[in-house]
Amino acid sequence: MKNARQREPSVIPGFGITLGFTSFFLCAIVLIPLAALVLKAAGMDWERFVAVITSPRALASYRLSFGASLLAAGMNMVFGFAIAWTLVRYEFPGRKIIDAIIDMPFALPTAVSGIALTTVFAANGWIGQYLEPMGIKVAYTWIGITVALTLIGMPFVVRTVQPALQEVQRDLEDAAETLGAGRFYVFRRIIVPTVLPALLTGFTLAFARAVGEYGSVIFIAGNMPMKTEITPLLIVIRLEEFDYAGAAALGCVMLAISFVMLLAINLLQVWGRKRMMVSR
Amino acid sequence: MGGPSSSAEAAAELASRPGHTNLRSTLVRWLMITISLTFLGALLAAPLAAVFAMALERGWAAYFQSFADPDTRAAIRLTLMTAAIVVPLNTVFGITAAWCIAKFEFRGKSFFITLIDLPLAVSPVVSGLVYVLLFGLNGWFGAWLQEHEISIVYALPGIVLATMFVTFPYVARELIPLMQQLGNDEEEAAITLGAGGWLTFFRVTLPRIRWGLVYGVILCNARAMGEFGAVSVVSGNIRGMTTTMPLHIEILYNEYNFVGAFAVASMLSLLAVVTLIIKTLVERGAGYRRR
Repeated sequence: MKNARQREPSVIPGFGITLGFTSFFLCAIVLIPLAALVLKAAGMDWERFVAVITSPRALASYRLSFGASLLAAGMNMVFGFAIAWTLVRYEFPGRKIIDAIIDMPFALPTAVSGIALTTVFAANGWIGQYLEPMGIKVAYTWIGITVALTLIGMPFVVRTVQPALQEVQRDLEDAAETLGAGRFYVFRRIIVPTVLPALLTGFTLAFARAVGEYGSVIFIAGNMPMKTEITPLLIVIRLEEFDYAGAAALGCVMLAISFVMLLAINLLQVWGRKRMMVSR
Repeated sequence: MGGPSSSAEAAAELASRPGHTNLRSTLVRWLMITISLTFLGALLAAPLAAVFAMALERGWAAYFQSFADPDTRAAIRLTLMTAAIVVPLNTVFGITAAWCIAKFEFRGKSFFITLIDLPLAVSPVVSGLVYVLLFGLNGWFGAWLQEHEISIVYALPGIVLATMFVTFPYVARELIPLMQQLGNDEEEAAITLGAGGWLTFFRVTLPRIRWGLVYGVILCNARAMGEFGAVSVVSGNIRGMTTTMPLHIEILYNEYNFVGAFAVASMLSLLAVVTLIIKTLVERGAGYRRR
């Protein structure tokens, strides 16, 4: 119905000019530069392209970037759910402040969170000094990378799960409990199905952000080739060597990952909307 | 994006229900709150506190002294200048894009929105790399630019372009859902009664979207001032010339000048805190909440 109404010719002016301006700006700032990247990589001959993107150093960096990002997004799925649950369901002193502070990683520059995390998790840092005797080295290892990626992905999960949790129909939970269902059964059969699309969307958003992250990671990573070198850093190193083609090839790999992630996020959102409609 | 204002009532309602005040649910409640607070404490509060603790390690005098450094001042100036160019441009873009997307139906609209969101999914390093490939010495326009003695990469224009790329979607993303939710009825009424397009925008649309616009602009500003990866790739890190505040933090940190590095970091942290405070006020004041 809404569609039918909007399809009538609108009296509101400015369609042509706003569409034109937006498209122009989009092309100039985003699309043409990205196309330049793809064309630069396409200008390499195929064998060299493959050699660059499958060099042992590059493969090691993908493993690290993907592994740490998956782990970080997984951590966020667990802790992000716990935080969203706490914020939606419980009232406690300071809840409003906690709710506001969740967005901190969106607003805090990555370089700042990078040096701050390194300081806190270094062997003599506030938290690192307790982990070190247990044999857990965080700073300058893959664990530190995961910690940094968890921090920057956290708000994505909390902010997608929060509204979904508010949608959970309380009367359904009550009805189930009245009928004798245990809390765990209610959780598994009512809460999880409602929140699942949001949880997976949050996971994918956090993962997508983590794979490309640079600023907060390089301070805590140690940046040892083959060991603690993430793919974005390898691109920067190639650029510093003036190996533009090599940097472009690796950049294309990252760009392809971004597109796949965007597609996944869109599909997840469509799926989530469909589920919501069925449940109503 | 904000917190549920109804959850106080919800919590009260929950507590009043039979079977919810037993020992086990109290335990679960405390467990969940403890897990959440520990996680946020270790990952957010401790690092943020560490920034200020490190900045003030040698006292206030040393803290203020670090801002006397001419390179630090140059970095602050460059960051402010970049934001002063980028934020207004992206604001105009955001408003235009939101008008076009929220007020009209057209083919390929959702694809168009995806394209606008694209910079959010692209690695900041790639965002910088594309401009180096276009305007760098070996880039497409490199030779031509050198001939005409125009420098884009390793200079202000490159930093501005990379920052624009990264902060491109913020205002638009804030405004599109808001304007879609508000609908077209009031604008249609204004136009039908004879108001022009500009008048309608400034007198009808702008007052209704102003809070969302304020938040979009300050978030865009915070990201513009804090961008590291993309700017790092195009800046060339010429000390005192092309280093923005985040890049200057890196230089000072790598020189073991921790007071200096964390002093600059503390300013950016304060900016982030102020951004969040404004966001909270905007949400409370306007009763407007993001999806």
